[in-house]
Amino acid sequence: MNICLYFQVHQPFRMRKYSVFEIGNNSEYFDEKKNREIMEKVARKCYLPTNNLLLKLINDSEGKFKVAFSITGTAIEQFEKYAPQVLDSFKKLSKTGAVEFLSETYYHSLSYIYSKEEFKEQVLMHERKMKELFGIKPKIFRNTELIFNNELAGFVEEMGYKGAVAEGADHILDWRSPNYVYKAKNTKNLKLLLKNYKLSDDIAFRFSERSWKDHPLTVEKFADWITKSPGETINLFMDYETFGEHQWDETGIFQFLELMPQELINRGVSFVNPSDLLAFESKDEIDMHNFVSWADVERDLSAWIGNSIQKTAISELYKIGESVKETNNPLLLAEWRKLTTSDHFYYMCTKWFDDGDVHKYFNPYDSPYDAYINFMNILNDLTHRLNADNKKEVSFVVERPSELLNKR
Amino acid sequence: MRVLMLGWEFPPVFSGGLGTACFGLTKGLNNQGVKVTFVMPKGPSNLKGEYVNLVVAEYLFQDENFKIKRIDTLLSPYVTSDSYTKEYVRHSRVDAGTSLLYGRDLFEEVQRYAQRVKLMAVKETFDVIHAHDWLTYEAGIIAKKASGKPLVVHIHATEFDRTGGNKLNQHVYDIERMGFHQADRIVAVSNYTKNKVVEHYGVSPEKITVVHNAVEFESYNPCKIEKKDKIVLFLGRITLQKGPEYFLFAAKKVIDKDPDIKFVFAGSGDMESRMIDMAADLGIARNVLFAGFLKGEDVYKAYQMADVYVMPSVSEPFGITPLEAMKAGTPVIISKQSGVSEVVNHVLKVDFWDIDDIAGKIISLIHYEILNKELKEHGSLEVKKFDWNIPAKKCLKVYEELMR
Repeated sequence: MNICLYFQVHQPFRMRKYSVFEIGNNSEYFDEKKNREIMEKVARKCYLPTNNLLLKLINDSEGKFKVAFSITGTAIEQFEKYAPQVLDSFKKLSKTGAVEFLSETYYHSLSYIYSKEEFKEQVLMHERKMKELFGIKPKIFRNTELIFNNELAGFVEEMGYKGAVAEGADHILDWRSPNYVYKAKNTKNLKLLLKNYKLSDDIAFRFSERSWKDHPLTVEKFADWITKSPGETINLFMDYETFGEHQWDETGIFQFLELMPQELINRGVSFVNPSDLLAFESKDEIDMHNFVSWADVERDLSAWIGNSIQKTAISELYKIGESVKETNNPLLLAEWRKLTTSDHFYYMCTKWFDDGDVHKYFNPYDSPYDAYINFMNILNDLTHRLNADNKKEVSFVVERPSELLNKR
Repeated sequence: MRVLMLGWEFPPVFSGGLGTACFGLTKGLNNQGVKVTFVMPKGPSNLKGEYVNLVVAEYLFQDENFKIKRIDTLLSPYVTSDSYTKEYVRHSRVDAGTSLLYGRDLFEEVQRYAQRVKLMAVKETFDVIHAHDWLTYEAGIIAKKASGKPLVVHIHATEFDRTGGNKLNQHVYDIERMGFHQADRIVAVSNYTKNKVVEHYGVSPEKITVVHNAVEFESYNPCKIEKKDKIVLFLGRITLQKGPEYFLFAAKKVIDKDPDIKFVFAGSGDMESRMIDMAADLGIARNVLFAGFLKGEDVYKAYQMADVYVMPSVSEPFGITPLEAMKAGTPVIISKQSGVSEVVNHVLKVDFWDIDDIAGKIISLIHYEILNKELKEHGSLEVKKFDWNIPAKKCLKVYEELMR
C-alpha cells in the first residue's frame, strides 16, 4: 500500500471594511493589519512548527517520508511580506528532494469557470513563482477547492500537465474505490489522483471531535485502517492549517503527525509523491461531466456561486477583466486579480442559514450580505479608476459596475 | 396545567408589542393544552372607549381553556409616572369618585392592582403564575404569597431599555429587581435582555430562560403602490429607545450622496417634534416626511411602500416590526442592540450608533438591486419560521420544571 500526502497552503488578501462613501476617494482595499496578524499567527501556530516537524521526519526517515504541497500565490506574497522565515523553511523542505509542489491558479480563483484566458495566465504566473522559489516545474495540477470536470481535465492536459488531483466524491466513483489511479475522461492520458475523503477527514475534521466514536485517533488505529484498505494508494489531501490551526496543538495533532510515518513504514506502507503515481496504471476512466469540488456534502460549486449575490459579484468582476488588462497598469491588474480569490465569494454564501449551522462556515464578516456590499463597493471603486481620465466626480454607485465602463 | 397570567394589554385593544406577544403566547399555550386565565386591567368605560372592544378579545378564545379577567385600573401598557398622573387628573375632572377608585400616583395604582389580583388569586385554581413586565410583578408576588404557587416573570423590556440607561426611574428599577429576585424563574425575550438582567439586576444567569418571541401576521391585501421616489421607513414610537436621531443622521449622509431618496417617520412619541426640528436644522426637511401614528392596513401599506425599513433602536429587547416588514417583502436594517437580531439572518445588521454603516447600507440596498431582491425573497420566507407554538412549548417546559 502507498500513501500520498498533499497539503493545501492558502491565505487570501482579506479586504478592509470599505464604505460606499469611499468609492472614488480611496483605493486602499486590503486590510494590511489583519492580514499581517493572521499570517503571523498561523505562521507561529502552524506553518513554522509543522514545516520543522516535516523536515525532521524526512531526515529521520532518510527520505522515505514524502509530502506534497500546493501553495497559492496570495499565500506566498504574504509570506514574503509578513513571514519570510516560512518561505525559507519551505525552501529547506524543497531541497530534501522528498517534497513536491503542485500547480494551481496563483490567486486561488474560480477563473476557469469565468475566463479560460485568465485561468491560463494565473496558472502560468504560479508556475513562474514555483520556478523562482524552488527551481521546479510542477507536473501535477490542482484546481481551487479541487473544482474539476472533464473539460478542465482536457484543458490542463493541453497545458502540459500529466496528472491532476480531484475529490473522490461518491457520486463520481460510484462502486469504485478512490484508492487507485484513474484516467480522466476527455484526455489522452491525464492521471487522476482522487482524495480518499473519509480517511482525510478523519484527520482534518474529526481528529478532535469528542463525540466521534473513534476519538481519540491514535496512529495505531489509523495505520490499521490504512493497511486494511483495498487498492494501491491512499490519497490524503487536506488544508495544511489542519496542523495547529484547525486542530490545535493541545489536541495532540502534532504527536500524531510525528508518530504516523514510522508506524506506517514499519507496517510496509510506502510514502509516495503525486508524480510518483503517474507511473501507476489507470484502473478505469473517470467521467466528471459536472463540476465536482471538495466542499460540503454537496461537493459542488454552491459554496461560491450558489446564490444571486455571489453570481452577480463574480460575473461583474470578470466583466471588467478585459478593460483592466487594456490599461497596462500592473497595480490595477494585481488588485483586480486579488479580487478573483475564491474566498471573497465564499464569504457571501448563505446556504448555511437554512441548516442553521452558523459555525460551519468561517466568515470574517458579520453576514454574507456585508461581504457582498464590501466587495461591490471595492469593485465600484476599481471600475471608477478604470474611467479615471474621463470621470472625476463619482455621484452614485450602481448595481452593475461594468455598465460604468466607457466603451472604447 | 393551569396558568394565571398577568398582563397589561391584549389585542385588538392595543397592538403594542406586549399585547401581541401575550396574545400569541396564550394562543400557543392553548394549543399545548394549557388552561390560561388572563388577568388584565379594565379601563373605566368612560375613558375614550379604548377598552370597549375587549369583548372581542374574549370571543377569540371562546373555549373553556381560556378566560379573561378584567380589573378596573387607569394603567395602560406604556404608562410612565407622569402620564399616569395626567390621566388621573383628567379622569378626576370627569368622575368625582376617581380618588376613591384609583391610586393617586402610578405606584399606588400598581399596588392597588396587585391587591385586586390577590383577591382573584384566592378564588381561581392554577398551578403557575406568569407575570408580564414590571407593572404586574407586585401582583405576581402577592399572588404567589397568597397561593403558594411558583412565579414566572416574563421580561419584554427593562427600565434600561426604556430609558437607554439614562435617568432611570429608581422606583421602577426597584420593582423590577424585586420581581426578578422573588420569581422562581425568569423568561427573557432574548439573550440580549438576559445579559442586561444579569449585568444590571444581579440575577444569576441559570435562573433565566431565553424564549424568543414569534410573530403571527394578520392577513392583509397586498396593495399595488405607484411611486417614483425611493423610500426609507422608520416605524415605531418616536422615543429615545427607538433611536430616531440615528435614523435622521444617517438620512443626512444618504441624501448628500443621493438627493432623490425620501425618509419617512411613521409613528408618534415624545421626540417627534425634536425630530422635525432636527430635520430642518440638518437641511433635509424636504426629504423627511412625518406620517404620524399608523394603524391596521396603513401599517402594511407603509411597509410595502418602503424600499428599506430601518430599526435603529438603542436598546430593543426583541423587536417585532422588522419581522412585519420582512413579511411585507421589505428589506430591513436592524440594530444589533436588539433581541430579534439573534434570530434572523436575511437582514442587514448595524450598531445603532454607526451612522456611516447605516447610511452605507441604505445606499447599498437602494443601488444594489440584487441585494434588495435577495433580502426581499429570503426575508419573506424566513419570517415564516416564527410560530408561537415554539415559545409556548418552551414556557410549558419552564412550568413543568417548576412543578417537579
